[in-house]
Amino acid sequence: MPEISRDEVAHLAMLARIDLSDAELDHLAPQLSVILESVASINGVAGDDVPPTSHPLPMTNVFREDVVVPGLTAEEALSGAPAVEDQRFSVPRILDEEA
Amino acid sequence: MPFDDVLAAYDPALGLEVHVELNTASKMFCGCPAVFGGEPNAGTCPTCLGLPGAMPVVNGKAVESAIRIGLALNCDIAEWCRFARKNYFYPDMPKNFQTSQYDEPICFDGYMDVDVDGETYRVEIERAHMEEDTGKSLHVGGSTGRIHGADHSLVDYNRAGIPLIEIVTRPILGAGEKAPEVAKAYVAQLRELIVALGVSEARMDQGNLRADVNLSLSPKGSGALGTRTETKNVNSFRSVERAVRYEMQRHAVILSGGGSILQETRHWHEDTGITTSGREKSDAEDYRYFPEPDLVPVAPSREWVDELRETLPENPTVRRARLQADWGFSDMEMRDTIGAGALGLVEETIAEGAAPQAARKWWLGELARRSNEDGVDIVDLPITPADVARIQALVDEKVVNDKLARQVFEGVLAGEGSPDEVVEKRGLAVVSDDGALGAAVDKAIAANPDVADKIRDGKVAAAGALIGAVMKEMRGQADAARVRELILEKLS
Repeated sequence: MPEISRDEVAHLAMLARIDLSDAELDHLAPQLSVILESVASINGVAGDDVPPTSHPLPMTNVFREDVVVPGLTAEEALSGAPAVEDQRFSVPRILDEEA
Repeated sequence: MPFDDVLAAYDPALGLEVHVELNTASKMFCGCPAVFGGEPNAGTCPTCLGLPGAMPVVNGKAVESAIRIGLALNCDIAEWCRFARKNYFYPDMPKNFQTSQYDEPICFDGYMDVDVDGETYRVEIERAHMEEDTGKSLHVGGSTGRIHGADHSLVDYNRAGIPLIEIVTRPILGAGEKAPEVAKAYVAQLRELIVALGVSEARMDQGNLRADVNLSLSPKGSGALGTRTETKNVNSFRSVERAVRYEMQRHAVILSGGGSILQETRHWHEDTGITTSGREKSDAEDYRYFPEPDLVPVAPSREWVDELRETLPENPTVRRARLQADWGFSDMEMRDTIGAGALGLVEETIAEGAAPQAARKWWLGELARRSNEDGVDIVDLPITPADVARIQALVDEKVVNDKLARQVFEGVLAGEGSPDEVVEKRGLAVVSDDGALGAAVDKAIAANPDVADKIRDGKVAAAGALIGAVMKEMRGQADAARVRELILEKLS
């Protein structure tokens, strides 16, 4: 049965940029394990005739015509930005990573 | 370390990842214009800004282009495949993930035959998959516009969501000393193919085509694969070649000193020709891919794939053989033309009316020289095949001679206008008007009476000295053949 370790939870939290304290990790890791175990009970009913399914609807090839449709103006696009400079989204400096 | 010493001890393994920005009218998953540049953030919508509730829909034309690229690279086309979310935190993707494909690429298991110095190397294509481009960040406050030292960054999302096809090779083994040239030739031939398919502008200097170079060395004959580095941001053919050479030498120095290669991303510096350490491949590379729930799978019917197969341009090997026969080029001329990355340019110049040898002469002479001097790929020189054909026409019409034609090239490359405008502005047209030439000839004869006497005595070879004097008087802008005729007429 799936069990998620404290280390795995810490790793996922780091990837998701969620800052968890040691106390929170102690508290949350066992809870996540319980949740995973509950969800895993679905394995008990999925027989060999049921393939893993990522998309519930049996649809494929939903395509759009390659035509331009009006979107937002720059003012609208930037209206929700916490900070704007030179008509661009201003973001804090990025450490340790480079595009 | 000398390159020969590297090869004596190690075998290189190359891998190339090329991103091709498609030239669709709209973006990959929304109807925003797929045009980068222009007014910042004016080409966006809730989908490409990653606003809550926005739903992506796949651009059918982009899928078509992906399949055509795959077929041209001799790939299998997936009967069924999905998009996947590549999760990472970086402000160039406002959704906090890039929509890409993971273990189900639309195209896989292909190859491209690459010609280098008359030899053919088969480059195996592992996959070509669909994804979307990211926004463009400007780093503010640093002295060099790079991230280090920047106070903050400014992001323009016009580019976010433009369709990209990423083409990934399998490790290219056995290229040995030719590894840098094979890498360059692969990217150059891939570009030619993309242009022939008409699916992208494919300009490396504009970022429509971007290459990442993977390289590793292994002890000679060991057959193992060493630890690789991935050099990003290599944006010209010649840089691809230089980056491979540089990394081969850098790896060899470390390995031969008993060190080990760190698996990492490296940055290419065009100006200095070196790579520097980027980020180490680590936890940050854990992208937690999972199938994109907002997009249904893509299942191209075999009928559609066959229809698209019918639209493919001529096979590159067949095309090269046909062009060589049409143009009457020797093997050596053909090899040099391909090696200079000028095959398409020569072809277009001939289509614009120039004779094959004239087209070859200008591209491989004057223009190849300029491309080397300026450190610019030949395709990125600011001159078109139509310009080159026009300059040759001006030579053929005796408006300019070969020497003046070089000045016309200089003017066009300097942005002074079309060939005709340069001739006009710089006053380069040769004079074949007998009045003006006659006066100059008379002057030359008067100034060189002894030479004139020799010619009168039948020593026609002496005419060269007078022609030289006339050309000098006319500042090179005289029709030399007509000058010679006039001299001989006057002194017969």
